[in-house]
Amino acid sequence: MTDSSTVLIDARGLTKVYGKPGDKAGFTAVDGIDFQVRRGEAFGVLGANGAGKSSTMRMIACVSPATAGSLRILGYDSGADGAKIRARLGVVPQDDTIDTELTVRENLLIYGRYFGLSWKVLRERSTRLLEFTRLSEKAEDAVATLSGGMRRRLTIARALINEPEIVLLDEPTTGLDPQARHLLWERLFQLKQEGVTLLLTTHYMDEAEQLCDRLVVMDAGKIVAEGAPAELIARYTLREVLELRFAPGERQIMTDKCRGLAERMEELPDRLLLSTDNGEETLSAVHRQGVQPLTALVRRSSLEDVFLTLTGRSLLD
Amino acid sequence: MHTLARAFSAPAFRELGYWLFRYRRTWRGSIVISIGNPLLFLTALGLGLGTLVDRENSAYLHGHSYLTFILPGILIAGVMQIAFLEASGPVMQSALPRGSYRAAASTPLEPTGILYGHLMYWTLRATQNAVLFTCVSLLFGTVDPARAPLLVLVAVLVAIAFAAPAAAWAVTVTRPSQINVMFRFVVLPLYMFSGTFFPIEQLPVSLQWVAWATPLWHGVDLGRTVALGTATPYGVLIHIGYLSVMVAVGLYLARRTYRRKLYV
Repeated sequence: MTDSSTVLIDARGLTKVYGKPGDKAGFTAVDGIDFQVRRGEAFGVLGANGAGKSSTMRMIACVSPATAGSLRILGYDSGADGAKIRARLGVVPQDDTIDTELTVRENLLIYGRYFGLSWKVLRERSTRLLEFTRLSEKAEDAVATLSGGMRRRLTIARALINEPEIVLLDEPTTGLDPQARHLLWERLFQLKQEGVTLLLTTHYMDEAEQLCDRLVVMDAGKIVAEGAPAELIARYTLREVLELRFAPGERQIMTDKCRGLAERMEELPDRLLLSTDNGEETLSAVHRQGVQPLTALVRRSSLEDVFLTLTGRSLLD
Repeated sequence: MHTLARAFSAPAFRELGYWLFRYRRTWRGSIVISIGNPLLFLTALGLGLGTLVDRENSAYLHGHSYLTFILPGILIAGVMQIAFLEASGPVMQSALPRGSYRAAASTPLEPTGILYGHLMYWTLRATQNAVLFTCVSLLFGTVDPARAPLLVLVAVLVAIAFAAPAAAWAVTVTRPSQINVMFRFVVLPLYMFSGTFFPIEQLPVSLQWVAWATPLWHGVDLGRTVALGTATPYGVLIHIGYLSVMVAVGLYLARRTYRRKLYV
């Protein structure tokens, strides 16, 4: 049993197959996933490109009918009551749909009209939201003059025009420079503090660790792990990781010498990762074996390592 | 009043509002075009070509001046052309991943509301064009003031009859070149051979049959017979029936293609 006052999104056996029904050549993007998102939580969907994140988001945004399974949002069925659900959602799509022929403020006004809000309400809200997203000075400017980060903030301001209970963000910081990302994270954190439920997809580990209370890891349309970031790190990795880089000619020999020195070893194209409870000790052991890396780095295990353990692949591949 | 207010807050009106909001930027230019276009046509074809044609006293014109004869044809064919252009390029653009339909679809609007809202916009634009064109024609004395309003109504019907199927098709299009091909090989031939510039009775009989089958001829002939006062009940019925079927089929298809495109 789910309680609709606390569980805002409830997906059971959610499946998305592209192509005609019964078509053998159909492509299964989302393969029977189950998850719940609770009120006030920041929930992340983590996965590499093509893992099924965006398809999942589009189904939750009620612009893509589920092929099978059930999806209840805010107590409504996503298939039957799409319009009622969308009225209470804020959507920040990966491909932003900002109107480049209108000004920054006009974009908020005209989008708000789609929700049936009055001009009076919209004028007041647009001023407040432009302030919130630090775009007040740009209010009357053409969208074309905005930087990538500003444009993304405008998309977020627009998504908040109907005062949504849930905000969906599909890869919100992809393509932004570090400064723009940090400002965006800070604003999203502020939203979360105000009690807005956030659901975001990302392939950035740091983003997931910064923002998400809880997340699912998706791979090939399935959920392969679920939990809080710290929980997942504790469950799927050892405490530390030793990263070694070698001169190109010596890589294979050095890698072979390292075998058996750590409980788990991952070979990436550019470096070797040794999972261990004590990185310094392992590094000493490496040196004792006569291994001479170009660089050696001991760091704490992160979500990146969780993903690597679960899928055998790096996230940004 | 209360029900009226509620009707105007229906989803389709919100989409109409979007297009009208954008139109605020271009309305002056569009009015200049709506008035300039008939001025150019009436001057070139009436004073220029018309003088030449009228010397022949062709029996096909049934005693009308060439200008009076072609005026409804140019209006109807022009309305068709504008309806196609407004319901093809902008629809294709709007349905692209970054297009305005995508923004609207993430709000309470449904694909059908988006379609009807955009269709209302084309209807308003066609009405504006037809009214201005007819007003210019009145100044030239080439249209009977009593029949002018009927001519406007015919023009609006033709605009919807072409806009609906054009939108149904355009929402599935992904490359602008496809629209160019459709314009050159379908819309322009219709414009030329549907009795816009000459009576189709002049054509060989086999080509007359082709002209009778084409949709624009029904619009042109309806407009012309209404404007010249030669309409027969039977003819009017067939023409309106043909155009109404286009509206109905166009809307049926567009509802499906819009839904399929926007709800992948």
